[in-house]
Amino acid sequence: MSPLDFLADLVNPDLAFLPKALAIAVMSAVMCGVVGCYVVLRGMAFIGDAVAHAVFPGLAVAFLFSGSLVVGGTVAGVVTALLIAVFSQNRRLKEDSVIGVFFVAAFALGIVVISRAPGYAGSLQQFLFGSITGIPDRDLYVVGGTGLALLAVVALLHKEFVAVTLDREMARALGLRTFWLDLVLYVLVTLAVVMAVQTIGNILVLALLVTPATAARLLTDRLPAMMLLAPAIGAGSALVGLYLSWSYDLPVGGTIVLVLTAVFLLAYLLAPRHGVLTRQLARTA
Amino acid sequence: MTSVLDLIAVSVDLGGRAALQDATMSVAGGEFVGLVGPNGAGKTTLLRAALGLVPLKTGRAEVAAGGAGYVPQRHEFAWDFPASVQDAVMSGLVRRIGLFRRPRVEHWRAVWDALDRVRLGDLRKRPVGELSGGQRQRVLVARALAVEPAVLLLDEPFTGLDMPSQELLTELFTTLARERSVLMATHDLAAAAYTCDRLVLLNRTVIAAAPFAELGDPAVWMRTFQVGPESHLLKALHLTIAVEA
Repeated sequence: MSPLDFLADLVNPDLAFLPKALAIAVMSAVMCGVVGCYVVLRGMAFIGDAVAHAVFPGLAVAFLFSGSLVVGGTVAGVVTALLIAVFSQNRRLKEDSVIGVFFVAAFALGIVVISRAPGYAGSLQQFLFGSITGIPDRDLYVVGGTGLALLAVVALLHKEFVAVTLDREMARALGLRTFWLDLVLYVLVTLAVVMAVQTIGNILVLALLVTPATAARLLTDRLPAMMLLAPAIGAGSALVGLYLSWSYDLPVGGTIVLVLTAVFLLAYLLAPRHGVLTRQLARTA
Repeated sequence: MTSVLDLIAVSVDLGGRAALQDATMSVAGGEFVGLVGPNGAGKTTLLRAALGLVPLKTGRAEVAAGGAGYVPQRHEFAWDFPASVQDAVMSGLVRRIGLFRRPRVEHWRAVWDALDRVRLGDLRKRPVGELSGGQRQRVLVARALAVEPAVLLLDEPFTGLDMPSQELLTELFTTLARERSVLMATHDLAAAAYTCDRLVLLNRTVIAAAPFAELGDPAVWMRTFQVGPESHLLKALHLTIAVEA
């Protein structure tokens, strides 16, 4: 299918779910790209993974009681993030172990909860791997509004996040509330993840958080540039991924993630200063 | 001379273990004080106590107006972060700029001024990841200087640096100590002995505090470093024990 046919399908009223899915995928990719920069720079990819899995019981409960998936997922993600933050204050417990305990526990809870729902195998599949159908109109506004709020919080707290990431001890010496800043960041990660779960699925959402920011880091040594590149890479890959998935009848989440991975590999090889091939060429030239 | 930093009978417990016990010391205005002691003596804890980063079990820490500027060990800083030298220094002003606000002209001036004073003015746009060890140490000093603190607290600034970098830094610290006070925790006894106005010997508590020339009694060094009378440490410091006949 050519890109033009895809465009025609996007405006075809019988396929109204398609532009909705595209809008949600692109908006959530932008959110994940921006927050993902902090996730990657702080080396908290594991926390991203944990939060991504931790939203699952919330989605399951919301599904069981026909509530809002967004609200359910956010509550579960934030509760898990809080538990991790609080338990990590104990010096005997390493943060990564605490994360390991809670995220699997949350995921297990989700599986137990959703098993109580009739015909759960299909919905489980949808949660884990994403789907482009069955997105209510309301979700468009929720994702759009959440995206704007998230970007506003990032803009307001950016320099504090940077200070904490650069040097935690110094940030504390300066009097920054590191615990609260961490918590706000976890909430932002949770929100970005919940918005993306619908289309890309629970298991693959980590790629949207980590891969664009990692690729952007290879392309630039400047943080502002990185924070523009990452959402651009995420959004572009969401668009291309959805197009390929629609054209060749491939699962949407998997296709988007593979496109992202291809972008990352290209950046790894061809980045202007640090690319593997670029350096090789510069040496032989 | 009025003091800019006073620790009065400070005790700190870390994980149920007494890291500092009844430590009392002060730093006067314009003074360059060396804080020496073996590993685990509580040097970093003492600096952190002065900064209010650890809860004090007893005693109190008083810092003059202007506060303390902290220069932590180099490995505490995320050098792989995509930040320029001036961004890194600006991060020290994050509280002064204020919540939800962006740096203004006066903040950039403070950053550039601090970078000039550590002689990194030419490198202000360079990514921090591309700096040498000595340059990184100077970035951390500039970050602390940017808020014009009354006293600079340096934690092991010489670790892992070659001699030329160490000398350049020593010269810088001596200059800085003329306009503000400097308290430096260090393993480098020789440098501390010959450049600091006064040494504080620490092992859980303050064992002695005096100019090096007045620390001729080997007993205080033996107590601080837990060494015997034949230790090469004493020989290196030209201290001989007066053996009772």
